[in-house]
Amino acid sequence: MSKSAGAKVARIDVRKTYKLYVGGAFPRSESGRAYPVHAPDGTLIAHAAQASRKDVRDAVVAARSAFGKWSSATAYNRGQILYRIAEMLEGRREQFASYTDEADVDATIDRLVHYAGWADKYAQVVGSTNPVAGPYFTFSLPEPTGVVGVIAPQEPSLLGLVSVLAPVITTGNTAVVLAAQDHPLPAVSFAEVLATSDLPGGVVNLLTGFTDELAPWLAAHRDVNAIDLTGASTSARTTLQIAAADNVKRVLIPRSVDWSADPGLTRLSAFVETKTVWHPIGV
Amino acid sequence: MPFDYAPAPESRDLARLKPSYQIFIDGKFRDGAGEAIKTINPADEEPLAEVAEAGPSDVDDAVRAARRAFDGPWSAMSGAERGKYLFRIARAIQERGRELAVLESLDNGKPIRESRDVDIPTAAAHFFYYAGWADKLGHAGFGPSPKPLGVAGQIIPWNFPLLMAAWKIAPALACGNTVVLKPAETTPLSALVLAEIIAEADLPPGVVNILAGGPAIGQAIVEHDDVDKIAFTGSTDVGKTIARTIAGTGKRVTLELGGKAANIVFDDAPIDQAVEGIVNGIFFNQGQVCCAGSRLLVQESIADELIESLKRRLSTLRVGHPLDKNTDVGAINSAAQLARIRELTDVGEAEGATRWSPPCDLPERGYWFAPTVFTDVSQAHRIAQDEIFGPILSVLTFRTPDEAVAKANNTPYGLSAGIWTDKGSRILSIANRLRAGVVWANTFNRFDPTAPFGGYKESGFGREGGRHGLGSYLDV
Amino acid sequence: MTLISDRSAPDGIGQDAAGLRRFLHGLPGVDQVGAEGRAASLATRSIKTTAKAWAIDTAIGMVDLTTLEGADTPGKVRSLCAKAARPDPSDPTAPSAAAVCVYPDLVETAVTALTGTSVQIASVATAFPSGRASLATKLHDVRDAVAAGATEIDMVIDRGAFLTGRYSAVFDEIVAVKAECGGAHLKVILETGELATLDNVRRASWLALLAGGDFIKTSTGKISPAATPPVALVMLEAVRDFRERTGDLRGVKLAGGIRTTKEAVRYLVMVNEVAGDDWLKPALFRFGASSLLNDLLQQRHKLATGNYDGPDYVSLD
Repeated sequence: MSKSAGAKVARIDVRKTYKLYVGGAFPRSESGRAYPVHAPDGTLIAHAAQASRKDVRDAVVAARSAFGKWSSATAYNRGQILYRIAEMLEGRREQFASYTDEADVDATIDRLVHYAGWADKYAQVVGSTNPVAGPYFTFSLPEPTGVVGVIAPQEPSLLGLVSVLAPVITTGNTAVVLAAQDHPLPAVSFAEVLATSDLPGGVVNLLTGFTDELAPWLAAHRDVNAIDLTGASTSARTTLQIAAADNVKRVLIPRSVDWSADPGLTRLSAFVETKTVWHPIGV
Repeated sequence: MPFDYAPAPESRDLARLKPSYQIFIDGKFRDGAGEAIKTINPADEEPLAEVAEAGPSDVDDAVRAARRAFDGPWSAMSGAERGKYLFRIARAIQERGRELAVLESLDNGKPIRESRDVDIPTAAAHFFYYAGWADKLGHAGFGPSPKPLGVAGQIIPWNFPLLMAAWKIAPALACGNTVVLKPAETTPLSALVLAEIIAEADLPPGVVNILAGGPAIGQAIVEHDDVDKIAFTGSTDVGKTIARTIAGTGKRVTLELGGKAANIVFDDAPIDQAVEGIVNGIFFNQGQVCCAGSRLLVQESIADELIESLKRRLSTLRVGHPLDKNTDVGAINSAAQLARIRELTDVGEAEGATRWSPPCDLPERGYWFAPTVFTDVSQAHRIAQDEIFGPILSVLTFRTPDEAVAKANNTPYGLSAGIWTDKGSRILSIANRLRAGVVWANTFNRFDPTAPFGGYKESGFGREGGRHGLGSYLDV
Repeated sequence: MTLISDRSAPDGIGQDAAGLRRFLHGLPGVDQVGAEGRAASLATRSIKTTAKAWAIDTAIGMVDLTTLEGADTPGKVRSLCAKAARPDPSDPTAPSAAAVCVYPDLVETAVTALTGTSVQIASVATAFPSGRASLATKLHDVRDAVAAGATEIDMVIDRGAFLTGRYSAVFDEIVAVKAECGGAHLKVILETGELATLDNVRRASWLALLAGGDFIKTSTGKISPAATPPVALVMLEAVRDFRERTGDLRGVKLAGGIRTTKEAVRYLVMVNEVAGDDWLKPALFRFGASSLLNDLLQQRHKLATGNYDGPDYVSLD
């Protein structure tokens, strides 16, 4: 570096605009709204996009159009992509540690690797051949249920988000995620990880904004097949469940969650259908 | 003017051949106590590299290292962490795919098209698949927390050198075992490069040990007191010897042995695809495949038509240099194997079967054998009974489904079989009655890490691949 | 209906609609996965240096340079004809295209523009691309094109009739069109994208061959998917098998969606290995395309100069 005359001037940071993630692109909210996000000490960190019901609508359209290809991708391929997401996140450990802490980031990466491994094993564990009493070969297989609405937990902002999202897409569903209202920034940055991980656009759509405003639209949307209410407030859950009943959505209301424990099969099984096939046996 | 494809050779330099290769024990490369041998390129009989073979003392060192690793860091590690090592290996194989493919074709003689499109990607996929099991063993159907066996001795053949190493190592490590692996004497190179990959992946020393060597080293592994499990892929004769050797020792064993698979074609089969399947079934890897569809059983009503189509198709097969990207059929792996193929085909002619090969110019040097079809074969012929392990198809006919099943099962082997028909219920019915561990319907020679593979009868026991493959490495 | 009078009929076809139906449904099935696998495997052939040079020139000579737009004008067609006759003005060794392909009302323009060249004049007729018109209208369409000087007629089959199993209706229509063609060659467009299954492609191929089509052609280019490798495979098997049974050689034209030299060379490999090298000539194999020609020319430049070419070095059309 050359010695320059004059006083040293601090470099001016380039700050990031936090936007939505829909259909593989990063749009602002169609409403043009944003809301301030504060650190625990009250200082302003950034303004996040405040999604509207129309953004929910657009996100569902994107998720639906991505469903055909993602659900019919080979399980091997989905596993590779989930693993790729873990690799990309590993490369940005420091950035994410600044939102939360290193242990949280490490646990998140390991969780993605965990689900990457499930992609081509889940059907082997829950599928079956059925020894029916007759000359028929019958088997039962899990299939993704479709578009899943996910209300991400408020805490832990990164591990919680990935722990609810990864199982949804592992089995071939596509997702519309409402990020934690008070901690939306890790979610937006995580969308950047997704966008650089060979994950097809539209498989995951991520909205930031006010949960109480958006969740009812998601719960009532007739082209959403299931909804995860993990991040919905206890008081809102019953209303959302009633709205979800309109098109018989599958609803996941978890009991208390230990985010650090082995997640088991619960979340994978919440958003699959079982299909049984019969075929005669005879020459 | 006919469309002659110009040579399209893959560059030999991609293999990054070294003048010499060492064995891998306790995380370190070293010269073996045995003599150094030259591994040769079967396509031209030129030496490729020198390999320091292991001696009996190396086997002991390797087993001790494996035991230390098993008792030490490997058992203490969580499944998730073990899995991450396996993911690393999978990724490294993917990254070095082209190098490994060229190396494999040089050492084995198989066409680069196969090593590039089948052997190497499937090997990586095996590591990837079993990596994901390491932290999920409690879901595999063997109880809530199944335990590994300990030190596994693994002996693999020369027909799919890297892929067989992956089939053996990946499930063993996923389940928490440590391994001592011996590649075949004629094809040690890709396994020793895999050792490099394993070293670069920073696996704890001793978790994987790889010894080059011949039958004596294999025997030393089988006989070693501190080996808990033997996994062997190879000939039925050696498999029987291993089974006798371990009798009374309490060692676990899985055997994947020979085969004489029937490929059954019914008169309603999708003929063009059946022809492809027959070709793939017996000429894939020059027929040096234990599950090769070496017996074609065709329904008499379509036999002439099918054989005609088959011959026409075989006339388009390109036999030649393994590194040419347009080669379909490469070199036979060794002089010994070529001699066996020649002997059995001579027997076939002497027994009265009709021999046919498409016109093809075979290179002067190297071990080559033209794709060959025998018609007028009967069940009593040796070419209908003995595993030839070469590009030789024996054609038999049948009239009814019962006859097809009876002929297909009329062998001491029971590894695989094929069924070709457009009728789904017939597929299931015939599959139910075939005494074979893998049945392909309207396809043949498909391999996937999620799908268990292994034999009935003298084709061995135990399964590799899939959830079932875990059972071969767990104390269940 | 009158079945196959002027051309060779294989054994085993009855002389009536039911016989035709039995024959088509008696053809061996096509396993989709296997056919796709075979097509993909052929696509791994590596065609380099001298073989590639030969393939590129052969492919150029097989192009039916096509414009089938509502906005076509005599000027556009004249320009296309010039390009077909002399694809590379800077290099007289570049072969001419096989044909130009235009709507019937522009055939006359093409005839004038191509006088004295080897380039054939193909015209789509029979209410292309949908084929939804009366037989009389379709035949009139064909007569117009032939009268104007078309040497090749690309007709569409009635896919509606085919999909509802009225094979003899499709058959009779082809026979009638063939009769109107006179000396012009008839290419029968199956529109495989609407036939949906490879079994249907095989049946429609045989149907068109039995009815006297000189070529079977994949697509109009107006429907996606158009020509695909598995479809091409099944059609090449059909002409191969037709020859086995009748001794008669018929052509295959792949149309729609083929834009790159790489794809064209892969199809030539498929022709070579599936039908055989007898088919590797414009009389028996064609590409219906527009942008493909420029890619072939750019690859030709690349082989000549060793450097990659750009779109500014070939003419637009």
